[in-house]
Amino acid sequence: MPGHVLLRLAPEALGELAGGLPDGTALISATNGKTTTAAMLATIVGGDRAVCRNVGGANLVSGVASALVARPPDAAVGVLEVDEAALPAVARAVAPRVVALGNLFRDQLDRHGELEMVADRWRRMVDGLPAATTLVLGADDPVVDALGDGRDLVVRYGIDDPAVARPTRDDAADSTHCVRCGAPYAYRAVYLGHLGDYACPQGDHARGGLDFAARDVRMDGVAGTAFRLDAPDGAHELRLPLPGLYNVENALAAIATAHVLGVPVARAVERLGGFTAAFGRFERLQVDGREAVLLLFKNPTGANEALRAIAGDLADSRVVLALNDRIADGRDVSWIWDIDLEGALDAAAGVVCTGTRAADLAVRLRYADLVADRIDIRTPPEAAFDAAVRDAPPGGRVYVLATYTAMLDLHRVLAERGLTRSFWEEAR
Amino acid sequence: MTLRIVPLYPELLSIYADRGNVRVLEQRARWRGIPVEVSPLPLGADLDPAAADAILIGGGQDRDQALVAEALLAQTPALRSAIADGVPVLAVCGGYQLLGHGYVDQGGQRTPGSGLVDLETQAGPDRLIGNVLVEVDLDGHRERMVGFENHAGRTTLGSGVEPLGRVLAGAGNDGVSGHEGCRVGRVIGTYVHGPLLPKNPWLADLVLGWACERRGLDGALEPLDDRLESVAADAAAAIALAERR
Ligand SMILES: [Zn+2]
Repeated sequence: MPGHVLLRLAPEALGELAGGLPDGTALISATNGKTTTAAMLATIVGGDRAVCRNVGGANLVSGVASALVARPPDAAVGVLEVDEAALPAVARAVAPRVVALGNLFRDQLDRHGELEMVADRWRRMVDGLPAATTLVLGADDPVVDALGDGRDLVVRYGIDDPAVARPTRDDAADSTHCVRCGAPYAYRAVYLGHLGDYACPQGDHARGGLDFAARDVRMDGVAGTAFRLDAPDGAHELRLPLPGLYNVENALAAIATAHVLGVPVARAVERLGGFTAAFGRFERLQVDGREAVLLLFKNPTGANEALRAIAGDLADSRVVLALNDRIADGRDVSWIWDIDLEGALDAAAGVVCTGTRAADLAVRLRYADLVADRIDIRTPPEAAFDAAVRDAPPGGRVYVLATYTAMLDLHRVLAERGLTRSFWEEAR
Repeated sequence: MTLRIVPLYPELLSIYADRGNVRVLEQRARWRGIPVEVSPLPLGADLDPAAADAILIGGGQDRDQALVAEALLAQTPALRSAIADGVPVLAVCGGYQLLGHGYVDQGGQRTPGSGLVDLETQAGPDRLIGNVLVEVDLDGHRERMVGFENHAGRTTLGSGVEPLGRVLAGAGNDGVSGHEGCRVGRVIGTYVHGPLLPKNPWLADLVLGWACERRGLDGALEPLDDRLESVAADAAAAIALAERR
């Protein structure tokens, strides 16, 4: 029975289905990184148990219901990625063992509404959680950190390494004012967007103590990131085959959540070492002697972080930017003006814009002073991809930054050509 | 002679990428060799009417609107004097609403506005969200304005206030009058973001030309190569028409 039919017939069925998982259910939500975090968590707990998880972006209530209905017969634990807006309804229904909340950024305002509205829904959701539910919180985000107030079972994670901090906050930074008094936070370190080590100058809110902290972070371009993980049981060395501070945040969330579900930290660290990227999250493939790197982008902070991760490896490369304005992408494309594109692609040999709003991107690049003869417009996405591959030197790289449905379109064609697994195969 | 562009409270008023409008004005001046600088007005600071050649007021989160309204109210005399002195004002979305007498929210609570323009805004039962196509008569010739709107407010213009344009697709001021935005002299208000100026370079140059005149520079701007902008505006117009409500 499809999830949405089941829900209509028996809304309480969600709770019963989840209740049938002996080790309980983890819900994962965030504006950025929830899919990767859930994939990491499934990799970690999947090492010794059958996992019930939703895949393919099916993260609304119906998708969660479908995943629970179709769970493997021996499934012991649920790893469910949940849309920020759908989270309160799902949390109410399944009585989760752990809820992992990563971050809140402005994202697709036409669909989600303003950030503060989502934050208010999360606050009410947390108030309604059973006392036995553990919260795993991204403490670098002040709004998320404050959700732990007054709860006993809280685990906080974050980055603690001023050496990798940004010199200034992005213009697109969102939650920069104290959740209690509204004064601007003073930041000891900014890691991405408004995430960092902050304190209210009036003294009424500062980042909570970190149970899981990433220290001594070493970035190695698109090859990945290494860091020391200080956990409750001591220090561990983690080498993550995914680049960018975002993925450090995602790994911390996954390891902390797995720990709540009973996986020792050392085992989680070991299992993450062989993690492969989820759909469009630094997916890498070989095409005609060139390497293509596929990156989803959907909001300014995510895009900024993706651009930073590839910044050092752009020489001679070609870049494809794909912007669609379908409902899943967000129909309002204003947000591309909040990306710090100024200078970000200057090192690339050429940029091809594609998607239903390709020309919007081209205009954006023009105002970022990218020279016009390095901007090309081609549709559909596979035509842009083929042109970029053809123009890239042998052994060179093609970076594809695409919004969700543009990436789906491209992925479908690449799968037909046998270049990558299809998205749906990943569901197995 | 440096042209000074002053965005008001950008830390609170840039929810729909309003910084894009600032960027477009700045670049279009720079590309023409006009010295330009952007001097944002931070919350709590006083506006010096003599030190502004174009004023931009963007949109903010609903929860910040009261805070912004209070700050803006204190700057109303300075704004009035700047406007009297020929400084153009471009106000988008929440900024547009603040130009008027006030905003009445869903609960009937009224936030006073600056009253710089005779208009009034009342929250409607739902948000008006989507692509917009507007036809603008500009001193004898017709221009097309494209973009995106996302607002709960319904804005009614006073009897002496002209709308900026007529809605061909989208909701505009209130979803019923067929009007979009307002124009009083060099004061322009609109619900259209996207942001507004990148795909509507004629409007950017209108504001920039006014700013130049006000600074005592020649307001006749040499044309730029806006082919990319035309392609983007064509695409946006086609999408707006295809989803016409
Ligand atoms: Zn405070």
